[in-house]
Amino acid sequence: MGLLIDIDKCIGCGNCIPSCPFGLLEMVGEKVQVKDGCTLCGACQDACEYEAIRIEEVSPAATLGDDYKGVWVFAEQRRGKLKSVAYELLSKGRELADTLKTELSAVCFGHNIEEVDPLIAYGADKVYLVDSPALANFQEDLYARKLVELIQEHKPEIVIAGATAQGRSFIPQVAARLRTGLTADCTGLEIDPETGLLRQTRPTFGGNIMATILCPAKRPQMSTVRPRVFKKGAPSDKREGQIIRLNFDGEAITSQTRLLDFMEDLTETVKLEDADIIVSGGRGLGKAENFQLLEELAGVLGAALGSSRPPVDDGWIPYSHQVGQTGKTVCPKLYIACGISGSVQHMAGMQTSDCIVAINDDPQAPIFEIATYGIVGDLFKVVPLLIEKLKV
Amino acid sequence: MEYFLTEQQKMVKSLARRVAEERVMPVRAELDEKEEFPWAIMKDLAGADMFRVFIPEEYEGLGGGCLELCLVTEELSRACSSVAISYAASALGTMSLIEYGTEAQKRKYLPDVAAGKRLAAFALTEPAAGSDVSAIKTTARKENGGYVLNGTKQFITNGGEAELYTVIALTSPERGGRGASAFLVEKDTPGFSFGKKEKKMGLRASATRELIFRNCFIPAENLIGKEGMGFIVAMRLFDRSRPGVAAQAVGLAQGALEAAVDYARRRVQFGHPIISLQAVQLMLADMAIQVEAARALVYAVARTVDSGAKNFSEESAMAKVFASDTAMKVTTNAVQILGGVGYMRDYPVEKMMRDAKITQIYEGANEVLRTAIAFELRKRKARRE
Amino acid sequence: MNILVCLKQVPDTPDVKIDPQTNTLIRDGIKTITNPFDTYALEEGVRIKERYGGRVSAVTMGPPQAEQVLRDAISTGADDAVLLSDSAFAGADTLATAYTLARAISKLGPYDLVICGRQTIDGDTGQVGPELAEMLGVSFVAYVSRTEEISDGWLRVRRMVEDGYEVIETPLPAVITVVKEINVPRLPSLRGLTRAKSVAIPVWTAQELGIDPGTVGLSGSATRVIKVFFPQRVRRGETLQGDLPSQVSRLVDRLREAHLI
Repeated sequence: MGLLIDIDKCIGCGNCIPSCPFGLLEMVGEKVQVKDGCTLCGACQDACEYEAIRIEEVSPAATLGDDYKGVWVFAEQRRGKLKSVAYELLSKGRELADTLKTELSAVCFGHNIEEVDPLIAYGADKVYLVDSPALANFQEDLYARKLVELIQEHKPEIVIAGATAQGRSFIPQVAARLRTGLTADCTGLEIDPETGLLRQTRPTFGGNIMATILCPAKRPQMSTVRPRVFKKGAPSDKREGQIIRLNFDGEAITSQTRLLDFMEDLTETVKLEDADIIVSGGRGLGKAENFQLLEELAGVLGAALGSSRPPVDDGWIPYSHQVGQTGKTVCPKLYIACGISGSVQHMAGMQTSDCIVAINDDPQAPIFEIATYGIVGDLFKVVPLLIEKLKV
Repeated sequence: MEYFLTEQQKMVKSLARRVAEERVMPVRAELDEKEEFPWAIMKDLAGADMFRVFIPEEYEGLGGGCLELCLVTEELSRACSSVAISYAASALGTMSLIEYGTEAQKRKYLPDVAAGKRLAAFALTEPAAGSDVSAIKTTARKENGGYVLNGTKQFITNGGEAELYTVIALTSPERGGRGASAFLVEKDTPGFSFGKKEKKMGLRASATRELIFRNCFIPAENLIGKEGMGFIVAMRLFDRSRPGVAAQAVGLAQGALEAAVDYARRRVQFGHPIISLQAVQLMLADMAIQVEAARALVYAVARTVDSGAKNFSEESAMAKVFASDTAMKVTTNAVQILGGVGYMRDYPVEKMMRDAKITQIYEGANEVLRTAIAFELRKRKARRE
Repeated sequence: MNILVCLKQVPDTPDVKIDPQTNTLIRDGIKTITNPFDTYALEEGVRIKERYGGRVSAVTMGPPQAEQVLRDAISTGADDAVLLSDSAFAGADTLATAYTLARAISKLGPYDLVICGRQTIDGDTGQVGPELAEMLGVSFVAYVSRTEEISDGWLRVRRMVEDGYEVIETPLPAVITVVKEINVPRLPSLRGLTRAKSVAIPVWTAQELGIDPGTVGLSGSATRVIKVFFPQRVRRGETLQGDLPSQVSRLVDRLREAHLI
């Protein structure tokens, strides 16, 4: 079980060596050997023209696939309001369901949830709605158990959820309970035309390497997707669908954890995730006080205030403003990056913005590679000029 | 250069370097600006067991010697000399107990110092007694059960922050060289207070204060060593601590050298980085030679001390003189190499130059040490005749 | 309190750079480190031990060199460690990893709390913590930013959500994942470093864990990586020219034309 190198077929050309993302192949004498730590990703197998590299595996168990049908989207709500990510995923889910010629269903848990018709307008054929006081606040164990119950009953072949604080904590528990595969933070989802399997693409190594993943033998195939990665389609009021209201048996499923309190972070005046324009600051600001300059610019534009990671780490601005791999993913119409160099981790959080403006005094800063407009200059000169020009 | 450190010494040096780079460097400019005592860093040093380095194993220390103390001081000083001196002065203040303390005194005080719970300080200097140590006026009058201290100490490093003070005071002024004794005085002893914190040219984060004794009673068991041994204790302790001060100077010079090389590689003038200019190269080379020579001398002297040698005053003095003069030269040249930018407080070298000056003055002014060295030369030559 | 901390050895990903010309990894001197979020997990475990008494055990699943992560853990306060290493474990996805860890934790004996970092910087999934909790059948709380109190078999924590934080109570035993806001990890101590060098760290294979190799590693994984590629970075736009005021002017004009402002 593992990576097999056929030394008879290996001609020692070494072409496989640079293909290994982890640098684990080396030439020993005239043949290639693999060092410890191989993750069996198969990049070298693809690179070898002489078929000297093979990944040996135990053949997977017989596919459970056939009696699993349908695409499900977990529609997240908070405090009774459906979140935008639900609509984004339904738009994508609709695409997948159409390719598979199957049904799209939305699943929603909570209490006193507003109108769920929009879920149908955005593409759902069915909505499984579980509205109960017990589910008013998000609790991992309750949501996980209920979703597992529903999946076991209805057997969807694909389940997608938002990679939000909620999604990232309870969806893995659902996957583990069902002993199925889950791929986190997908940036690409499509159906393989030959196998009908869901091809899930996601970033790894902080965004430096992309991987495409399958869940060949287990069901359902599960993915989480960050908000703002897929765009919301256009809703259609003409669409029809079924809303199925389900009970929640509070006796059978009780939560172990207790929610005692919630403290809102009030420093965010315009919500980052919903903002059309974001003004963002990085290490180039130099110190906490300098965010005031960006606040002024944000005020003039009606923009939200964002940050890369270093200012948050240094305590200049709260974490709720952080954009990036370990912060929020945003996709505004306009993203203005001031004094941000553009680390891969930051760019992973904002590169799908419609228009990116970068202001940095270092012409080599990586942010300029993805910027629509770049100004090489001292942000302390440029931003005041910008504010002035905008007020005109 | 390879100094053939033991595994233990290498571990001490590399951990000290981590503390210096991860905890000291990010805050050194702010500490200097605000003249704040680096308590958070003292806590980090305690957590890393750095205060155990100079305490014997029997008292919860790790039993290191002079070289280990020098390694830590040097690494800390490379980041910030104020932090280094706060650490080293505490070692000096504790050394009196380690070298001359009774079993009871060691058991009482050393474990807390090893754990970094209490800092120490050493108090000899007075307004009228700098280089002329014998001119001290603080008295310790014997009374039933103890001594009463009266007088003022000046320029005491860690004054006001430390809890344990080794104080040299006159017990029998008429006996001249045998007239003083060493005492352990704890902070908050009635009659013991502090003067204002001094505003200094450099080492600004280090706390320098006057100690004021007004009828301060201390119990007899706080006498360190025997009555009359005060000056001898002080001189011997300084011989032991001078390599540490020298190490502080070496670390300081090293930091300045690195900053200068780094800048010279990046600064472009006339189309080339200035490190390609021979004028700069010659300066950097001389700086590097001096730093390495100072380091080699300090380590050699530290090893001599650790070998159990009886007399090392001369070597100790040489190390301190050479290292401190080196630090002054190297830091000044570092500012020169950084040019206009080197003069600005946004860059670290002007602080290093300000910090360097005092190393030529305290713990034995270099002039005094030089005459002492010359005296030894004469003595040896005279004996041979 | 019996505390277990799960750690992982990862490449230092900021070092993972792509050569834009050849589109291959620049691999010179990529060093391995302990996953940074796991150092916060370990520090929290040690702080809880200092406050409430008990012991902290460090666990990692990885190739033999992952032992370094455990020695580093001991130098910063862990009492003991175990390395799960077997070629059968290679190629594991989060499901197989969680299963292997769960088996090891069961073998280690009774515990009160398992602490993990919120995600690794190579996999970035954040899935092992919750999956592990599910397999152990215990309570789970994610994104803990502060542990407030432990009493009567209950743990009270703060956990971060997008717009603030919640105060949650969970019964023990439990699994929690922590965020970097929770603490500042300590530096090693000299005594810790000395201990770390000499302490014996057992290595457990699939056999020691009593598990069938087909249920772990690549064979035990539900997901398969079928392709690995480097993301394309395409230069999108223009760097404005001229003096700063005219650059700013032109920028504002462009943005107004595009109805962005």
